[in-house]
Amino acid sequence: MGAMNLIGTAVKRKEDYRFLTGAGTYTDDVQLDRQTYAYFVRSPHAHATIKRINKDKALQAPGVLAVFTGEDLTAAKVAGLPCGWLITDVNGQPMKEPAHPPLAQGRVRYVGDHVAVVIAESYLQAKDAGELVEVDYAVLPAVVDVADARKKGAPVLHEVAPDNTCYVWALGDKAAVDKVFASAHHVTQLDFVNNRLIPNAVEPRAALASYNRAEDSYTLYVASQNPHVERLLMTAFVLGLPEHKVRVVAPDVGGGFGSKIYLYAEDVVVTWASKQINRPVKWTAERSESFLSDAHGRDHLTHAELALDQDGKFLAMRVQTTASMGAYLSTFASCIPTILYATLLAGQYTTPLIHCEVTAVFTNTAPVDAYRGAGRPEATYVVERLVETAAREIKLDPAEIRRRNFIREFPYQTPVALLYDTGNYEATLGEAVKLADVAGFSARRQEAAARGKLRGLGYAAYIEACGIAPSNVAGSLGARAGLFEAGEVRVHPTGKVTVFTGSHSHGQGHETTFAQVVASRLGIGLDDVDIVHGDTDRVLFGMGTYGSRSIAVGGTAIVKALDKVIAKGKKIAAHLMEAADADVEFTDGVFKVAGTDKQVPFAQVALSAYVPHNYPLDRLEPGLNENAFYDPTNFTFPAGTYVCEVEVDPDTGETQIVSFTAVDDFGKIINPMIVAGQVHGGLTQGIGQALLENCRYDRQSGQLLTGSLLDYCMPRADNVPSFKLETKETPCTHNPLGVKGCGEAGAIGAPAAVMNALTDALGVRDLEMPATAERVWRALEQAKMRKAA
Amino acid sequence: MYQFNYHKASSVADAAALLARNPEAKLLAGGQTLIGAMKLRLAAPSDLVDLGAIAELRGIRADGGTLTIGAMTRHAEVAGSKDLAQTIPALAALAASIGDRMVRNMGTLGGSLANNDPAADYPAGVLGLAATVNTNKRKIAADQFFKGMYETALEPGEIITSIGFPVPKRAAYAKFKNPASRYAIVGVFVSEGQSGVRVAVTGAGPCAFRVAEMEKALAAKFSPDAVVGIRVSADGLNSDLHASSEYRAHLVTVMAKRAVQAALGK
Repeated sequence: MGAMNLIGTAVKRKEDYRFLTGAGTYTDDVQLDRQTYAYFVRSPHAHATIKRINKDKALQAPGVLAVFTGEDLTAAKVAGLPCGWLITDVNGQPMKEPAHPPLAQGRVRYVGDHVAVVIAESYLQAKDAGELVEVDYAVLPAVVDVADARKKGAPVLHEVAPDNTCYVWALGDKAAVDKVFASAHHVTQLDFVNNRLIPNAVEPRAALASYNRAEDSYTLYVASQNPHVERLLMTAFVLGLPEHKVRVVAPDVGGGFGSKIYLYAEDVVVTWASKQINRPVKWTAERSESFLSDAHGRDHLTHAELALDQDGKFLAMRVQTTASMGAYLSTFASCIPTILYATLLAGQYTTPLIHCEVTAVFTNTAPVDAYRGAGRPEATYVVERLVETAAREIKLDPAEIRRRNFIREFPYQTPVALLYDTGNYEATLGEAVKLADVAGFSARRQEAAARGKLRGLGYAAYIEACGIAPSNVAGSLGARAGLFEAGEVRVHPTGKVTVFTGSHSHGQGHETTFAQVVASRLGIGLDDVDIVHGDTDRVLFGMGTYGSRSIAVGGTAIVKALDKVIAKGKKIAAHLMEAADADVEFTDGVFKVAGTDKQVPFAQVALSAYVPHNYPLDRLEPGLNENAFYDPTNFTFPAGTYVCEVEVDPDTGETQIVSFTAVDDFGKIINPMIVAGQVHGGLTQGIGQALLENCRYDRQSGQLLTGSLLDYCMPRADNVPSFKLETKETPCTHNPLGVKGCGEAGAIGAPAAVMNALTDALGVRDLEMPATAERVWRALEQAKMRKAA
Repeated sequence: MYQFNYHKASSVADAAALLARNPEAKLLAGGQTLIGAMKLRLAAPSDLVDLGAIAELRGIRADGGTLTIGAMTRHAEVAGSKDLAQTIPALAALAASIGDRMVRNMGTLGGSLANNDPAADYPAGVLGLAATVNTNKRKIAADQFFKGMYETALEPGEIITSIGFPVPKRAAYAKFKNPASRYAIVGVFVSEGQSGVRVAVTGAGPCAFRVAEMEKALAAKFSPDAVVGIRVSADGLNSDLHASSEYRAHLVTVMAKRAVQAALGK
């Protein structure tokens, strides 16, 4: 059968048949009998009080069934949207948690904030009537920029946070760090803007809720990365519904990148409204609404310093960051610029002392939360821009400065709370240097110069903490949720297998990767396994997919369940072969008695379990169906080195990425094709952040200026080169598959690599992301002027 | 999109009559801008008069030294025209650079000119080739056609029927694209023909304009070097999220140089 070979094999994705033939089922594809449509009336102002809402005209419009506002939700005792992570301020106080009402309670705080919902027979009727909802606003001054939020006299968003500050949080020994800086041989410092990004999954957010009067139960179809978490938050915290009376289904989901982790106002409102009108209610975001109301990413302002000795050894790092939360705290907003950011500032290096202070602020903008990488791209940007700049300042080769500071002994306890279990940074760097032909760079630079082009090369050696877990550690850091994963292996009488996983696939290919694991372990064919996910009624429980955790946590939960299946199977087989349990081995889908030619195949054992005529009923239950919950003992730590080469056209300032090499260590790899796809996507998003993407709000009015794809520049195929990829395998030490996760690496490492290459090409110290053609041109003009002066 | 009445005009006269009867009507000439604006509820015409079925508005005719292109000729047809490839390849290349394949299969020359988007490509070609805009009422020289941002010399009820392009000795178009929309941030069309050298710029200002100083320098010597030292003033140029007026002014020089290089086959 050779099924064991499936681990590490680039088998084609099982799910692609339905995606490529248009047979997928996304939330908006689900049609329910007597379905109605919701349109959300949104604030046109960044900040205003609502003096009065008159819904009379809207209620009289054709097809309209209901119009609800915040008042209706208050009357029904619907609570605000919760934040899942408590951050404790440096003064020991809990972070400021302003109310986050699903529909505005007398005040709106960003353009796109939810004011009312109109429900009608058709979407167009709901939308037309939405224009008839009369909202009398008293416009207030708005604060938009991170840098302005704490200024004296800045408009205040929430009374509970009079200085617009959610928290000031710190990690590390400040006094010790300051002491080292005071006497360091060399200090490199930089100021960074980590540009705000809008996720833009291909499938917009969507929700379809229905209420079953006979059972007093609800079903919510929703484009979500974690349906169980969505259900838990919605029932226990917002709607006060019994959890067992709510089914949440996240069917096929067209991309998430973090933006579909959260519990959104629309999900709550359509669920609540489906009972009020006793009919299903559907809402699908228009692209413009996605721009306005999906949680955005990044938006940091940072001052960072690195202290070095005369040999280029890092002595200490000091980082101050101000991060925007947007107008309200989204589900995991508070932990992104803290727990998932400051803890990564050691990077791949032995920097013994690190201090990071993070100030989280409220601004009149859409909420900010995790977006592919979530804190780790921001941390990698700080570390890798500092390291490359330091190398240039002390005239050390950028690969050499990294080598001098690499962590080489594991496990390694960083000064910022993480314990790296394993890694081999020399291996990924060495391979990247080779694959990128760094040795030939100066010749390529000369050749480019002859064509009038400026060529530059930059590195980024990133680390990330993935497989988000363990629950007890997360809990001690403020997490209000567990971070385990659940899996169930259901062996059918014929030996076919259905696996239920709490991980969710929204493009990652779990139906294939997980099936490879199961088929290999059980020695059965890939087509004999189906992976089911995304339905709280079918899957026992789940924490969902984010933070590159699916294979490391969800995959391991499945392996744990498989172990139980195999253990039980051995007992059944022992009975069938009249052998002792301990003598039975299981390999390649066959149970054997060691040292004999006695054997029974897996399918026969499965059949015996369900037709227990010849079965040890006195000591074993029939059936072959096992669950497992897996809570890891540590994060996993994927790492790698990226080398980017750019060419700049000095006439226009246009940058072309002419070569991009990525050498990643994801531990054991199950499907190299899927991994390559994840890396391609991540790199493209990272390149997008570095060169193209920038969410801009008008500083005065708070209007979203980049509210469409005409103005918000997503990367496209012609913006990226054909990537050169390689992987090194240092297996994770604390999960049975040895896997680490690969979903975010590209987006984490790419921005620093691109900007290091670009600053090298231009011969400038720094440049702000995104490095648009005009910014590059201006940097060159300024450099010319400096030379002339 | 709000509701509207749809009319399929059978002839130019029919279209004109429909326009006259419906003062809030708009002509539909491919709809690559108008339909999008209607979907976003930014435009709400009571009636759409579709010119798509009028055969006389479509096609490319070579007539001595002039190439006449029907107003409803699609960008893809212009891009793929053998006549143009032999006479004004620069105009075919310009059409091939508009939007994406779907836009080029629907969008039309006349629709683009009537809309006069400041970042559209065709205005540079029309102005740069000293073309004539023929309407159901008169002939309008390119120099008189483009009046301002989304503003043309067209009067209410006036319909573009075709555009006559004199065949130049040489010409080329160089465009710096907005990375998001792929419209021109700056596009420069350069030609040398019967009416001398013309340099027409789109994207940079409220509407397409000519650069007299560059034309003079190129008339003296048709070479990239002739324009590299000439800078247009940034005053009055567009300044937005994507490019400041200073940067656009700079790009006019760079794109003019590239257009001249391309016209010379370099």
